[in-house]
Amino acid sequence: MLKWIDERLGAAHWARKGLKKVFPDHWSFLLGEIALFSFIILLLTGTYLTLFYRPDAAPVIYDGPYQPLHGREMSAAYESVLRLSYEVRAGLVMRQIHHWAALVFVASIVAHMVRVFFTGAFRKPREINWMVGVTLLVLAIGMGFTGYSLPDDLLSGTGLRIAYSAVISIPFVGPYLGFLVFGGEFPTEGIISRLFVLHVMLLPAIIIGLIVAHLAVLWRQKHTQFAGKGRAESNVVGKAFWPQQFFKSFGLMLLTGAALALLGGLVQINAVWSYGPFDASAVSAPSQPDWYVGWLEGAIRLFPAFEPTILGVTIPSMLIPAVVIPGIGFTVMALWPFIEQRVTKDRDAHHILDRPRDRPARSAIGMGGILYVTLLTIAGGNDVLALTFNVPIEAMVWFLRIGLFVIPVIGGFITYRLCTEMQESGAQPARRRRGVRLRRNAEGGFEEVSRD
Amino acid sequence: MKSVRWIFASFFVSMVGSLGLVVYYLIGESAQVEGILLGLALGGMGFGVVGWATRLMDVPTVVEEREPLESSDAAMSQMEGMVGQDAVTRRKMLLRLAGGASATLGAALAIPALSLGPRPGQSLEETKWTPGARIVDRLGNPQRPGDIPLNGIKTVFPSGFEGEADSQTVVIKIEPELLDLPEGREDWAPDGCVAFSKICTHAGCPVGLYRAEARQLLCPCHQSTFDVTTGCTPVFGPAARPLPQLPMEVDEVGFLVAMGDFPEPVGPSFWNMETE
Ligand code: HEM
Ligand code: FES
Repeated sequence: MLKWIDERLGAAHWARKGLKKVFPDHWSFLLGEIALFSFIILLLTGTYLTLFYRPDAAPVIYDGPYQPLHGREMSAAYESVLRLSYEVRAGLVMRQIHHWAALVFVASIVAHMVRVFFTGAFRKPREINWMVGVTLLVLAIGMGFTGYSLPDDLLSGTGLRIAYSAVISIPFVGPYLGFLVFGGEFPTEGIISRLFVLHVMLLPAIIIGLIVAHLAVLWRQKHTQFAGKGRAESNVVGKAFWPQQFFKSFGLMLLTGAALALLGGLVQINAVWSYGPFDASAVSAPSQPDWYVGWLEGAIRLFPAFEPTILGVTIPSMLIPAVVIPGIGFTVMALWPFIEQRVTKDRDAHHILDRPRDRPARSAIGMGGILYVTLLTIAGGNDVLALTFNVPIEAMVWFLRIGLFVIPVIGGFITYRLCTEMQESGAQPARRRRGVRLRRNAEGGFEEVSRD
Repeated sequence: MKSVRWIFASFFVSMVGSLGLVVYYLIGESAQVEGILLGLALGGMGFGVVGWATRLMDVPTVVEEREPLESSDAAMSQMEGMVGQDAVTRRKMLLRLAGGASATLGAALAIPALSLGPRPGQSLEETKWTPGARIVDRLGNPQRPGDIPLNGIKTVFPSGFEGEADSQTVVIKIEPELLDLPEGREDWAPDGCVAFSKICTHAGCPVGLYRAEARQLLCPCHQSTFDVTTGCTPVFGPAARPLPQLPMEVDEVGFLVAMGDFPEPVGPSFWNMETE
């Protein structure tokens, strides 16, 4: 078999080189792999769903097995999701695995980015892959959003109308753009089939292309590694891809699938039958988006009622929280490697990773950013939280509005101090599990014995 | 070999899970059981493969040298020479023309995208409410002031447009002496019935929660709160504009009718919105 291929492709040379490729061993390098594996599971389950789902807004009267909705008018799309959940054998488990995989997919991308950020893995020559990564994050959120809207239930309509009001707030072209994207004034019949094309064709095709590019660049540039014995800027120390790394990654893929299968089977998610079909004039409280758009929901909730008229033009209140802030946020993120280069004047290539403490300022900014997004996400669920903890929602909103400016600064400052202190003390909190050796000192106390 | 027995067991568990799933598919339909069996099938194999890799593959740590990514100066200048060949760069005029042609071609290829939707025109400023339009509920029943209970709320539409999203309106009846409507709207509240657009001026959710004791309308999406007595002015939350009020009167046979469309655009603010 191998010979047959080699005679046609001359594969022995380059394939061997590929199989010998060295992978440094560190758990944090697995986060990106989990993202890839979740995406594969999304492709498989999504393809299955596509065979049953109908992207059609035409009204039908429900007469399936789910009694509470009997005789209700609903879109063919919503009916097909009910059918998937109640009549197609293994349909419900596929739907739920798909939705759980979407949550894990975005979560692992975020975790992967956090790792890359705090270790400075984005520095020259890896700026390209950092920008590809930010684009993938945006597209992943887009996939989640379009998917969430496909079942055409009461909740998914809420996300769509908020997106519509964000689009029509855009300067100059807003209303035109909104009518082009949605095919008219919200709600439109055609939007379901447009979202479907985006969700199952256009966006996945772009994502696959970018993932291939991401991995090709990674292959060419080789992995980064943490400093350590025998490791230098000029080499990569680790295990060969074949067989051990390959088996490990393959096993990790199966384990990711297993975790998602258990979640999808045992933990109910997006029980669309209980929300009812979309209805433009129905209330849907409390409406909660998936976690990865919670920050946007939070920004929209916290932004004050501010709609000034300047030179006769009213600035729609959605413009700043839903368009300008996310726009600036993702742009700064994408350009971060260049911003940092400009500030530090460090334009050299780096293949040895920083520890977060080595760059207190970057770590402080990163922590501030994480806290900012976390607070926004909390704000995205403020009605549920206010109800759960029995605090007035007004107090909650004001606490978060002020906290948004204070808490990230305090968190950043503490991070900075922690980093500089850890630099001085040489503490190794991440390596605790190896134990430390203590020595009784002259005063009767204990002190750590350094081990290297 | 004792420590690796679990690796064998893992593959065995996986087979049991897979076969179980095949059998269960034919006889049952619980998502829970399917999830557990699929989890065993994948998880067993996953543990087995990882165990195999970490316990039984004793491979050495290797060092791979990193060749510099950038090419030599000679190779670089060769490449630059190749790209910037005379035949390409000397024709400045042609280059510019080709650039211009590409831009016009881009426009030509993009123009069909305009078929995706109509131009907005006046449609964001207008709804289906017209002077004399009967106020009906979702089923088309016309409404008299007496059909609305005191401190009650009802979702209504213009007759003939039941369910029309941009025309959805709520009618609320409150004690007339509590009303403190803006100037010029004194006769828009027959018998204490006031009608407001149901579409939130923040992001367009239906404002359907009525807090009767406070006489406030609450939007479930981002908790914007509107004071009904003062003409649905926003008192809390991110909405900045009042809900537009529908001019409403009682016709000669006693039914509620609109006197015209909403005086301002309904729903979320948009760019270039007309405001007075
Ligand atoms: C980046 C990857 C993806 C993400 C984040 C994602 C996310 C989602 C989400 C959140 C839903 C709503 C599920 C629910 O009903 O609870 C959904 C539905 C759906 N997805 Fe995906 N998806 C992805 C990839 C795919 C792919 C590649 C396909 C097809 C080839 C696909 C096909 C579908 C279909 C047909 C539905 C509607 C059926 C239903 O809701 O039950 N998805 N997706
Ligand atoms: S849509 Fe009503 S508060 Fe946001």
